[in-house]
Amino acid sequence: MNMIAPIRRRLVVIGNGMAGIRTVEEILARAPGRFDITVFGTEPLPNYNRILLSPVLSGEKRFAEIVTHGFDWYAEHGIELIAGEAVAAIDRAAQVVRGASGTVRSYDRLLLATGSLPVMLPLPGRELPGVIGFRSLADVETMQQAAARHRQAVVIGGGLLGLEAAWGLRQQGMAVHVVHLMPHLMERQLDETAGELLAEDLVRRGIAVHLEAQTAALLGEDRVRGVQLADGAVLPADLVVMAAGIRANTQLAAAAGIACGRGVIVDDAMTCSDPAIFAVGECVEHDGACYGLVAPIWEMAKVAADHLTETAETGFTPAVTGTRLKVTGIEMFSAGRFQGGAGTESIVLRDTARGSYRRLVLEGERLAGVLCYGEARDAAWYFDLLRSGQDVSALRDGLIFGPAFADAPAAGVPVLADSAEICGCNGVSKGTILAAITAHGLSTVEAVRAHTKASASCGSCAGAVEGLLREALGERYAAPVGEKPMCKCTALGHDTVRRRIVAEGFRTIPQTMEALGWTTPDGCASCRPALNFYLLCAFPEEYADDPQSRFVNEREHANIQKDGTFSVVPRMWGGVTSAGELRAIADVVDKYAIPTVKVTGGQRIDLLGVPREQLADVWHDLNAAGMVSGHAYGKALRTVKTCVGSEWCRFGTQDSTAMGIALERMTWGSWHPHKVKLAVSGCPRNCAEATIKDFGVVAVDSGWELHVGGNGGIKVRPTDLLCKVETAEQVLEYCAAFLQLYREEARYLERTAPWVERVGIAHVRQSIAEDAEGRTALAARFRHAQALLQRDPWAEEAAKRRASVPA
Amino acid sequence: MLVWRDVGTLADIPPRGSIRVGTPAGPVAVFRTGADDVFALVDRCPHKGGPLSHGIVHDARVTCPLHNWVIELATGEAVAPDHGCAQVVVVRLEGARVLLAVTE
Ligand code: SRM
Ligand SMILES: Cc1cc2nc3c(=O)[nH]c(=O)nc-3n(C[C@H](O)[C@H](O)[C@H](O)COP(=O)(O)OP(=O)(O)OC[C@H]3O[C@@H](n4cnc5c(N)ncnc54)[C@H](O)[C@@H]3O)c2cc1C
Ligand code: SF4
Ligand code: FES
Repeated sequence: MNMIAPIRRRLVVIGNGMAGIRTVEEILARAPGRFDITVFGTEPLPNYNRILLSPVLSGEKRFAEIVTHGFDWYAEHGIELIAGEAVAAIDRAAQVVRGASGTVRSYDRLLLATGSLPVMLPLPGRELPGVIGFRSLADVETMQQAAARHRQAVVIGGGLLGLEAAWGLRQQGMAVHVVHLMPHLMERQLDETAGELLAEDLVRRGIAVHLEAQTAALLGEDRVRGVQLADGAVLPADLVVMAAGIRANTQLAAAAGIACGRGVIVDDAMTCSDPAIFAVGECVEHDGACYGLVAPIWEMAKVAADHLTETAETGFTPAVTGTRLKVTGIEMFSAGRFQGGAGTESIVLRDTARGSYRRLVLEGERLAGVLCYGEARDAAWYFDLLRSGQDVSALRDGLIFGPAFADAPAAGVPVLADSAEICGCNGVSKGTILAAITAHGLSTVEAVRAHTKASASCGSCAGAVEGLLREALGERYAAPVGEKPMCKCTALGHDTVRRRIVAEGFRTIPQTMEALGWTTPDGCASCRPALNFYLLCAFPEEYADDPQSRFVNEREHANIQKDGTFSVVPRMWGGVTSAGELRAIADVVDKYAIPTVKVTGGQRIDLLGVPREQLADVWHDLNAAGMVSGHAYGKALRTVKTCVGSEWCRFGTQDSTAMGIALERMTWGSWHPHKVKLAVSGCPRNCAEATIKDFGVVAVDSGWELHVGGNGGIKVRPTDLLCKVETAEQVLEYCAAFLQLYREEARYLERTAPWVERVGIAHVRQSIAEDAEGRTALAARFRHAQALLQRDPWAEEAAKRRASVPA
Repeated sequence: MLVWRDVGTLADIPPRGSIRVGTPAGPVAVFRTGADDVFALVDRCPHKGGPLSHGIVHDARVTCPLHNWVIELATGEAVAPDHGCAQVVVVRLEGARVLLAVTE
């Protein structure tokens, strides 16, 4: 044994990805001071969980949530991270690597972890903008930007990756076609029956599936516009995602003369043909095989760390892996030789009503393969039987029904043995998790993840981990607060419900409730108005508004008062009125003996105490004088307050009154998650109180300041500055875009102030002020909805009600 | 004297909605549920007299438009935690006609 501290040696890691950083972690766990470590990464990012790019694409997670090692982690461990610079060359003789921007680092040991690259099929048109793979955050961002602007996507390849891409794009609101060469989907993970069930499930979610279809060419000039199939059919496409497979990224190693086949060739110790160089991850070829799932890669990381730190003489043996598909609501699991084959027999269970399917493949006394589709709650049990290779003949009769029915304990098999693997990605067993819960007093899934890494990769075992917590803690386990349910009728939160409405294209409230599993026959007074708004906002053309799902004020187009009478507030554009309008109001007050006339805080006049029976006549008379509904009763555009501005005021810099009127003409009659108030002040003295409005405009000499997210109500909140613009047209466009963003993103009954606080002003600025194309698209959607829905409900209702009342 | 007053057809009441009928005992709200059952209550919420006919109807309940009490249509009882009872009026369907029991 060496008694003096070993000199620190230099380790350079090429590839700041899952395999590279996991190996670094394993090294730090074994011998923290052994190496000075430098990590090169092409992506200008810290390490993230690549597996979870799928939920980032679908919108279920934000990027920040999938970062596994933030920049501070590298600093804390004294690791030099060179992010955003690829290694361009390895000089093995000098033991030096050179970065694309010229950075040079020498090494004693080199670790290759360059991952793999999507296979880009050599089709005509493959260089067109809009044709991408699905590998990195940059790809996800490209897809999301395309989804914001375009409608049609085609995914080439119906494997795991392709289907997760398809689902994500569908969730982003695109129409998606999947083109697959084989006769059924995911042929490497599913048999024909399960493949068909999956295709049906996807079609039900609005994804079109083309089987046995070959792509011939990608069409388009400035951008991809279509995909031509070999049979001549053309699918429209503004985005094409190639998910036809991956190949190990060996370029750099091969150029340096390191032995490569399909991947960088390694021995059992993860060493390359050059003994100073190791390789791990998807770039590797071991014993003729390449790997595309993390479970074997974590094994490689351990072995490589053992040898790099010289702490153990281990060898890499690939374990059996199981796969799951990360598409919300589709449960599946498969492992081993689920396809059967010579010398095996299959047991099959199919529940057509539930759309579930199970297939077990037995070889002699042992389980050799398992496939669950539709539900996979017993997957861990089967997988454990499969991996342990134990004799299952005593269980055979009930095996297909799972541990409960197979009467496993009686047959000497625990329902779930301590050795059963709960987290397939990280190889964490039930026993390890239970021990960690007891030893560290853990009580949440996050804490278990931090201690054991269970559920830290693909996350699909989080439910099983929760089950173990419940088993271990019993009553003491407090279920986590996830997304708050919308109401008692559903466990889903507003954001999920809304995303699924858009993605799955529900067209009515009952259809939405049925598809999302509402527990009540027709909802309640909380969820119905919310669903009505979400549907109206998503599909302004097709959706038929449901008056029975609106609060009384919106159904009656007037505010109900405590005595059951109503108030009537006609619109007064920008707070400006005239003798004619005032005279008409006075006449109405006299004619119908309206008890109270009041000037509101919103610069207009309120007529209070009108019985329902008289509303139609009052509206009719006001309409006749040119006035329309002020929507003082709606989750809608309320008032646009203005000051006198440059037309009269000695300080006025712009015509704030005309600006306010233009804004009100553009926005009146628009429906929102909550009420929306605007104001325009002619100078920073701000007499219209624009800085406590949802959208406030303050004129200055050189243009207009735009302020958003203010509130003067229960909890006063001043606005945040969105940006400054120069022209009146810009004010209108930015306002339309802002209101549309609010309509599309805020939860029902959430005003702009709490919404802006929740999503952050940076996000709003990015979407409106910085992303010009996005802004134009938002404004166009607002104007489109207004073209269809901007109308005076008083005129319509007055005509209807007066016609049905006998004179 | 108790009489059956014909207040219209089922089709005159919007599904998950109501109509308001004047009677000597005051206005009555006649509800139609999503399952096409018909119920009637005196149009006064047991809380502060809110017009139940303007509430949102869900399952066999209505939510009062003023302060969101939830009332069982069949019994008029407020759903816990609230306490109170709206007055039930007998109503029946004869074919498609809706008949309301009214004391005249
Ligand atoms: C009529 C009016 C008071 C007045 O006599 O001036 C008024 C009356 C009501 N307000 Fe208001 N608000 C009125 C201006 C305001 C203002 C001032 C303004 O708009 O400049 C505010 C603070 C500014 C703001 O909204 O940021 C205001 C903050 C509220 C709030 C608290 C909102 C919040 O987000 O905190 C409520 C409660 C709610 O909406 O849930 C509310 C709710 C109500 C309701 C609708 C209460 C109800 O549900 O019955 C009142 C209806 C009376 C009726 O039947 O007409 N009213 N209310 C004003 C009508 C303005 C108009 O022309 O449309
Ligand atoms: C969308 C998606 C979903 C997935 N889902 C699952 C799943 O559910 N379960 C599962 O087990 N696996 C899944 N995978 C696969 C899993 O992510 C990979 O197996 C894993 O990331 C491989 O790790 P790696 O380090 O080898 O490669 P990567 O994580 O890709 O890391 C390689 C890194 O090296 C960088 N690099 C390459 N060349 C250079 C260079 N010359 N210089 C510097 N840096 C370089 C790359 O930019 C990259 O950052 C999924 C993958 C994707 C893309
Ligand atoms: S402050 Fe607004 S909500 Fe309160 S009593 Fe006055 S008008 Fe009604
Ligand atoms: S009056 Fe009905 S809830 Fe208050």
